[in-house]
Amino acid sequence: MALPASLLLLADSRLPAGGHAHSGGLEPAAEAGAVTDLPTLTAFLRGRLATTGLVAAALSAAACGHAARTRGGDGGDGGLGGHEGWSVLDAETDARMPSPAGRRASRAQGRSLLRAVREMSPHPALDALAAFSAPHHPLVLGAAVAVTGGSPADAASIGAYGAVTGPASAAVRLLGLDPLAVHRALAELAPQVDAVAAEAAGHARGDPRDLPAASAPALDIFAELHLQANLRLFES
Amino acid sequence: MTRHYTARAAVRAELGAGGRTRLATLRSDGPYALRAAPDAVYLVGAAAGPLGGDELHLRLDVAAGAALAVRSVASALLLPGDGESGAHVRAAVGPGGHLDLAFEPAVAAAGSHHRSVTEIALADGATLRWREELVLGRHGEPPGRYTARVDVTHGGDPVLRHELRLPDRTLQASGAVLGGARCTGSVLLVGPGLAKEAHAAEGLAVMPLAGPGVLVTALAADSAALRRRLVHGESLARAAVDTAENTPAGTGQTPAVRFS
Amino acid sequence: MGANHDHDPHPAPPARGRALRLGVGGPVGSGKTALVAALCRTLRDDLRLAVVTNDIYTTEDADFLRRNAVLSDDRIAAVRTGCCPHTAIRDDISANLDAVESLERRHAPLDLVIVESGGDNLTATFSRGLVDRQIFVLDVSGGDKVPRKGGPGVSGADLLVVNKTDLAPLVGADLGVMDRDAAQVRRGKPVIFSSLRERPGAPEVAGWVRSVLAETHEARSAAGTPRPAVAPGAP
Repeated sequence: MALPASLLLLADSRLPAGGHAHSGGLEPAAEAGAVTDLPTLTAFLRGRLATTGLVAAALSAAACGHAARTRGGDGGDGGLGGHEGWSVLDAETDARMPSPAGRRASRAQGRSLLRAVREMSPHPALDALAAFSAPHHPLVLGAAVAVTGGSPADAASIGAYGAVTGPASAAVRLLGLDPLAVHRALAELAPQVDAVAAEAAGHARGDPRDLPAASAPALDIFAELHLQANLRLFES
Repeated sequence: MTRHYTARAAVRAELGAGGRTRLATLRSDGPYALRAAPDAVYLVGAAAGPLGGDELHLRLDVAAGAALAVRSVASALLLPGDGESGAHVRAAVGPGGHLDLAFEPAVAAAGSHHRSVTEIALADGATLRWREELVLGRHGEPPGRYTARVDVTHGGDPVLRHELRLPDRTLQASGAVLGGARCTGSVLLVGPGLAKEAHAAEGLAVMPLAGPGVLVTALAADSAALRRRLVHGESLARAAVDTAENTPAGTGQTPAVRFS
Repeated sequence: MGANHDHDPHPAPPARGRALRLGVGGPVGSGKTALVAALCRTLRDDLRLAVVTNDIYTTEDADFLRRNAVLSDDRIAAVRTGCCPHTAIRDDISANLDAVESLERRHAPLDLVIVESGGDNLTATFSRGLVDRQIFVLDVSGGDKVPRKGGPGVSGADLLVVNKTDLAPLVGADLGVMDRDAAQVRRGKPVIFSSLRERPGAPEVAGWVRSVLAETHEARSAAGTPRPAVAPGAP
């Protein structure tokens, strides 16, 4: 099936949605010496993908499913739709992000993404999310995929892909790693990105309470340590 | 072939006369031998393990206003066997009740394959202290496969959904997950009067949740260092309760459990 | 010094009811932070101000602004740019927009929000989606050939500030050459020579800012939109 350009736009790192200033924990990990070179970066990306990447992808898929069921903004599926459904997903996202810094980063990126996609594709489903002053990023991504005609599987793919490309780009900028070598590592990770996206998409129609909750203790600690650093080049 | 256990143990604590907690139910089963002591109910390892193939269930009910502490006398050595072993804890705490659930560390021995599932439903106004510690492998051996998920709700709303998935050594070694640490653990406190500000140090984070709780997460090279970090983190998590108007409701102290 | 000119790339005044957004950009070390601090000192008594900084922002920088700008901490927001200062003010302005909007919400109404870019090279320029007007700051120690080289910042900014003119004799920079070259690449848009050592309040730049504010208020009035609650003070 041909890749729709509207979805490619959402996956593009040039989308003006604030992603360039977030390292996904890479900056504090590098500061702590946990990521120094290509092998340690690859291990970091694998770990992030399998944990917060899986959770974000699953939340995006669930949000996409929710938005698709309530397209038109009338909450036509009787009670689940609209604001109440988003509140449930918002609380389920919070419960999977113990780090306050992590929650703030997710909400800051969600707010930026929502601004961009409302400009690109105005839609009542996005207006419903705007009722939250800063909705979580995976929820906005899922809604954006839905309003551009994509499926929960598409949302999961873009979510999982972004979970590794963001920190990889930050590593190139912070550590001066060879961008070609980093992209070789990303290419080698591609099958695992697809596998995580497939697992995440499988949860799109289920009960939001049962969504994956894979945690990354080191990322949580880094997220908080980052706020104490005297010098921060990335927001998160 | 190894003999498999399917055990179903249960404890029910109720508020008795004079405001003391009494144990209405104390049911041991198989390897889950329970003993009531003045300070807590102890899980006494009546057999090694769990081993692969064992399924252990522990049901905890804390009625309104009652307080229950549950401990174990020794660490649980997770051993290989016939397939996956499972440990399931389901707890319900009524309004004004308090549960303090803190087992000694689980040690994932080489070749083990264990899955732990903990579900804690707190009614409005119920409070919780929950601790989990994991040691990946006995000294000098590679760890087994381990997954643990905890789901905690308060008045029906999710407070924490937290899963540790360690299907292989890749994630243990990843700088994003355990950063090579052999030990990891958490303490979750739910209740009023806890710290509002996060704290972090090497191998430790104290994280106020979006809901009414604080999660302390630690990484360490050995179990003694892990415990020290968790104890320190827990004291920071309670640091906000020092003001007079901010009295801890049950989470501030290990509750005295008195049995009549 | 009038702020109006024939080649204004920002024909539209700020949207109704919000503060004027002013970008301050320029190379590393040209004195952006010191200029922002000077503007705050000079303007804070009669304008309601807030600052967004994109520079590498350490506690030292915060202390500097706190000591020198006399703005309270909650009127200064720091944006991290992920090692790409030009991206944050030009290609992906969302973090800056969020910072500006949250300052405007918290301190409404504001007259002026200054967005200071991170130190960058001569190609850096602010997006029109982020700021209404922009100042580009050079200093004489970069050499008197810099204005001739041009670049989007030097040639396109609404105001070019050539800073640290007191150093010109020491570094052998010819201010006359800089003035002539700047006038040529800027097609008549204003240039101000400034020395914070000699005139710590940057009065010429502050005057330009006031004239821009007055002009946007006139444009708003002409368009039938109300003035902010407090008019900018006269210079």
